[in-house]
Amino acid sequence: MNDTGLVVAIKNVKKSFGNNVVLDGINLDVSKGEVVVICGRSGSGKSTLLRCIDQLETVDSGEIRAAGHLMGFKELNAKIVPLKDASVAIQQRDIGMVFQNFNLFPHVSVLENIMIAPTRILKRKKDEVEKEALALLERVGLPDKKNAYPRQLSGGQQQRIAIARALAMKPKLMLFDEPTSALDPEMISEVLDVMVDLSKAGMTMIVVTHEMGFARAAADRVILMHDAKIVEDATPKDFFENPKSEHTRLFLSKILQH
Amino acid sequence: MSWSWPYFFDYMINGLMLRGVWVTIWLSIISMILGLGLGILAALMKMYGNRGTRYIAEFYIWLFRGTPILIQLVIIYTGLPQLGIRFNVVESCILGLALNEGAYLAEIIRSGIMSVDKGQEDASRAVGMNWRERMWLVILPQATRTIIPPLGNQFNGMLKTTSLCSVISMQELMRSAQMIAQIQFRVLEAYCIAALWYLLLVSIWGLVQTRIEAHYERPFGSEEAKPNNEK
Repeated sequence: MNDTGLVVAIKNVKKSFGNNVVLDGINLDVSKGEVVVICGRSGSGKSTLLRCIDQLETVDSGEIRAAGHLMGFKELNAKIVPLKDASVAIQQRDIGMVFQNFNLFPHVSVLENIMIAPTRILKRKKDEVEKEALALLERVGLPDKKNAYPRQLSGGQQQRIAIARALAMKPKLMLFDEPTSALDPEMISEVLDVMVDLSKAGMTMIVVTHEMGFARAAADRVILMHDAKIVEDATPKDFFENPKSEHTRLFLSKILQH
Repeated sequence: MSWSWPYFFDYMINGLMLRGVWVTIWLSIISMILGLGLGILAALMKMYGNRGTRYIAEFYIWLFRGTPILIQLVIIYTGLPQLGIRFNVVESCILGLALNEGAYLAEIIRSGIMSVDKGQEDASRAVGMNWRERMWLVILPQATRTIIPPLGNQFNGMLKTTSLCSVISMQELMRSAQMIAQIQFRVLEAYCIAALWYLLLVSIWGLVQTRIEAHYERPFGSEEAKPNNEK
């Protein structure tokens, strides 16, 4: 976190896959404790933006500052130098990410999923980390699943474990990439409940989702991306009741139809 | 000279034969472990290396899969001394077997790594693992599940391939049988015993392999893996 209180500061980020422009001059600031929901139809660049913030993708131009790091680069004598893989990994420790398909480690138990990064990467003491892991399991409502393997859990349970795994690294920023899109409808709320709790606890969050209920309940700002650009950035109230962009009106009318 | 049961049973527990069995066991294990190391290295070089390391790995795989192991062993033991490079019998056998095995395992390991879901790479990056940590903690352990069955098959082959080392006078099971056969010219009995010993070793390995496979399948097992939707 820098002096300005911004956890994320994105300046003029551009990214293309071949001829396909996916991010076209994105600017976005997120303050500490803020919850920002990003929506938009598929292909609008929202997932790519999250992946760029966490350096799962690299940007073509522009800069991303997140959790106190200039992501993917270091400043050396007023020059900006790309970082090697191992140094990027150190930056990534401060950012938690939750994926649409959970991506739990299937070969280890739930408890090991949560403990693997703090113990094997940060080399912290096992008993101390285990205490925290059990507290996290309590927090996501799955204290009795510590010895289960991911395959034995439902989608909603796996996603809650994935959130606990990300939180175990004590991130300064949490990114959610369509966390409920792969879930059966009856499991969506159990995951959203955990996310709402997290936002109340003051976590800075960027959430790509189409769950407008979550946006209303927990978001400080709602953003619409369209054709690789941010076309709306408003409070939930303004976003739903008084959108500025034609695209937002169209998007809302489509969502509300169902 | 007809079949003789007394000789047959005598050869079964003949000291020379038993020593051959023991040599075959450790020669197979050591060569396999070294081959596995070479195979992992070659697979990683081929998949993640730059152009230079990729070419080296591909050349190695091409060379050792494209030539008979027998020729490799003979070149290492009897050919290389011509250039002043000398290995004793044991070193030559281990070197030849490991180099040959590594070339085959490299492709098996590569396909195992490719079988791991792409999301695992994302997830392990996202918790802050660097390349080495991603490989050792997440990717390779999961690739192991896919690798074990063909790997077991390779070790089965290795147990028998060691018999080729008899050609460069390594005293393993095959060579022991040859030596015993020459004492009383009980050729059939001696080689039948050797064959039986190979069968036994391979069978024991089969049992071990089943256990190893079960161990790596456990997290993915279906019998207790019923999604539990309560809570």
